[in-house]
Amino acid sequence: MVFEILQYSFMQRAILSGVAVAVTCSVVGLFLVLRRQSLFGDALSHAAFGGIAVGLLTSVYPLWTALVISVLSSLGITKLRQSTKIPPDAAVAVMLSSGLAIGIVLIGLAGGFSLDLESFLFGSILLVSLQDQIMILLLSAAVLVIIVKLYRQLVYITFDENQARVSGINVTALNYLFIGLASLAVIASLRLVGVLLISSLIVIPNITAMMFGKGFKKTIIISIIIGVSSVLGGIVMSYVLNLAPGGTIVILSIAILLGTVGARSIAKSIRLYRSSTNKEKSLTKIT
Amino acid sequence: MQDVANVAVSVKSLSYEYRPASGTSSSSSNNVLDNISFSVNEGDLLGVIGPNGAGKTTLFSCMLGLLKDYLGEIRIFDYDVRKNSRVLQDIGYIPQQKSIDQGFPATVQEIVSLGMGGKKNSSKEEMVASALKMVDLSGQDRTRIGELSGGQQQRVLIAKALVNEPKLLILDEPTTSVDVETQNKFYAMVKALNQKSKITIIWASHDLDAVNRIANKVMCLNRTMFFHGDAHEFFESDELIRLYSESSMQLHMHSHSNQNKNFGSKLIEKT
Repeated sequence: MVFEILQYSFMQRAILSGVAVAVTCSVVGLFLVLRRQSLFGDALSHAAFGGIAVGLLTSVYPLWTALVISVLSSLGITKLRQSTKIPPDAAVAVMLSSGLAIGIVLIGLAGGFSLDLESFLFGSILLVSLQDQIMILLLSAAVLVIIVKLYRQLVYITFDENQARVSGINVTALNYLFIGLASLAVIASLRLVGVLLISSLIVIPNITAMMFGKGFKKTIIISIIIGVSSVLGGIVMSYVLNLAPGGTIVILSIAILLGTVGARSIAKSIRLYRSSTNKEKSLTKIT
Repeated sequence: MQDVANVAVSVKSLSYEYRPASGTSSSSSNNVLDNISFSVNEGDLLGVIGPNGAGKTTLFSCMLGLLKDYLGEIRIFDYDVRKNSRVLQDIGYIPQQKSIDQGFPATVQEIVSLGMGGKKNSSKEEMVASALKMVDLSGQDRTRIGELSGGQQQRVLIAKALVNEPKLLILDEPTTSVDVETQNKFYAMVKALNQKSKITIIWASHDLDAVNRIANKVMCLNRTMFFHGDAHEFFESDELIRLYSESSMQLHMHSHSNQNKNFGSKLIEKT
């Protein structure tokens, strides 16, 4: 079955792009989750929705317009937040609704939803073109290279911005750069997962990985494994069962999250049972 | 030939006031530091004492380049901190005890490694191990930071500050919320860092007894500088301690009153 799937060039493109997206979202996502910016991915993808509508209306490659609008919105909202002290969640709400509003107005002007727009909303395997694939791989590579290069500084500002600033790190510039990178990660994921489900690909593998209680690098690796497994499993399942790929990928990652929660509580119960049995044994010995 | 100590920190006519944020109704400013001048020689251990709200953290924030809109001049190892941020690499800073997110996914080694700037004299593992040994946490490098007690977490932050082999260590009330035993261990460690490792230390504390035991210099701060000099000179003078205590009480009762300023001027006259 797997070999049969791999024979199709569109599936090869989807799988390669999916792995790149899963790795990128997992890496960027851990920083976002720890910085209490989990919903930023959602806001960025909704801003990108406005950009996609601009692209479809003007017949420009939609991922380019989404990229420009998304990066500009993220930088603008960061500046707005810093200069006016707007609470972070309120800033996210502003970006989310304004991106969606622009998109809806432009779609109305264009005469309603098209199949292409729907694929951007919910994700699509069939519509990942060679052009999309090249863009996804380039964006993912750029994001990952920069994060590897600035890894220590990024972990430092995530741990404590003030102490990072004292150590000589330009925290303000790094914050702008990171939000720009998060925008690129979102754009890279748009085709496959869709606007509405991107944030789950950013958040779920990371909160699952954090439950393993490991260090930063190991948490990233676990998150990548969960993300890649969800994406590959989701792509295969959606092809075989004729399901929407974005939704299938997210449902699979939620299943892994719930499985981890369940396994942890079972392990905890076993530990408690063993420790109480040991106590009873030692009490019996004493008496 | 006379041995002249090098100046590590020089602060001249430093004043700082918090201005109300734009958009707020209040138009009054809050003068936190008023015309402060002092210097710290290399190898000194300066205890900075003063009540809550005296401006100790603001002073450190100015020295560390976190606040830049102050009046006056701050030079550290002869560099103006506002103009040359590279000097920050020679400074280790430990903030007031802060709670670390228990779920933060990082090991002790990863946290200590954050403190490593541009200096790479030996391998990363060796530098981290050496810093952890200094704070008595050898063998804990693989432990997750959230699994440690509050006192141990604070020692990890100290190791992070030490890993870059700083020439100056700034400690801002780092033991406020830890138990007495941990405090005593910390004081012994601070003394050893100063005497054996020859690190210049500026240390804000409410524990006058500990400052008396460890510091060789003392600065009393209460928005203005009331005293700066040898620790024994301050602690051997009942009059200075009494005036300092009274001025501290005044700050709690009337933080901006003229009475407080009068106590301050009386104390500085005595010095």
